[in-house]
Amino acid sequence: MKATVHVMLKNGVLDPQGEAIRASLGTLGFESALGVRQGKIIELDLADGTTEDEVTKMCEALLANTVIESYRIEMGA
Amino acid sequence: MKAAVVTFPGSNCDRDLAVAFEAAGFEVARVWHKDTELPQGTDIVGLPGGFSYGDYLRCGAIAAQSPICRAVAAHAEKGGYAIGICNGFQVLCETGLLPGTLMRNAGIKFICKTVGLRVANEDSVFTAPYGLGTDIEIPVAHHDGNFYADDATLAAIEAEGRVAFRYLENPNGSLGDIAGVLSSNGRVLGMMPHPERAIDARHGGTDGQALFTALAGAMAEA
Repeated sequence: MKATVHVMLKNGVLDPQGEAIRASLGTLGFESALGVRQGKIIELDLADGTTEDEVTKMCEALLANTVIESYRIEMGA
Repeated sequence: MKAAVVTFPGSNCDRDLAVAFEAAGFEVARVWHKDTELPQGTDIVGLPGGFSYGDYLRCGAIAAQSPICRAVAAHAEKGGYAIGICNGFQVLCETGLLPGTLMRNAGIKFICKTVGLRVANEDSVFTAPYGLGTDIEIPVAHHDGNFYADDATLAAIEAEGRVAFRYLENPNGSLGDIAGVLSSNGRVLGMMPHPERAIDARHGGTDGQALFTALAGAMAEA
């Protein structure tokens, strides 16, 4: 089974990399991109029967730094 | 007095830090990230600068889970001393021994230059030799030195007088111009600037020397 973890900077935390991407899109003429935030996607191959609770523990222990990041888990088949 | 300097895969200031401790009179043991214990009688642990584990996932995140970091946490929880410089500061934040975290520099660029710092605390063994309000010059070299903590944490750090050093001219966006933070017992210091690169006049400055000398003095008395 698989799970996907989306890690994003929390709202209100300045994302200098996202801002640089936005500025670069502006340079290319994509002025419609008003804001950009960059995050991470982590794909996990899990042993059968692994619970979302277990993945939450992985996020809290290592995958996200909850001082600045939020995470969202999608459990797959 | 004994110092232990940790080497992670990707550390690159470990030798400099060991030399700085030795110059101040410490007996230095070099410790590997897979070691599970610090040498008997270690007074202070040094976590050096560099790019531990290639900065994978987040700076310091993987190193914080290494076997030696469990030993460092146990040492600190017993009241032991530790100093984390640059990547070492990032590691200490990731272990939870220090509050907050270090984010990408606000200006995106890697910054490598000597900066002015103001000593913001004089109650710790690390800052006492300088005295409150003293200005010193220490080099920085980092991409992720932008100190961040939520409002409540930041207020607590300030109220408890745990800011060790502040930038005179904030180079990286750090909240409160914070360049270095102390643990609540004042025995664990994390700082982005590199005092171990400022111990020899031939390298452009010696303002880092007093920190190591004072540590040696404090630990010789203990």
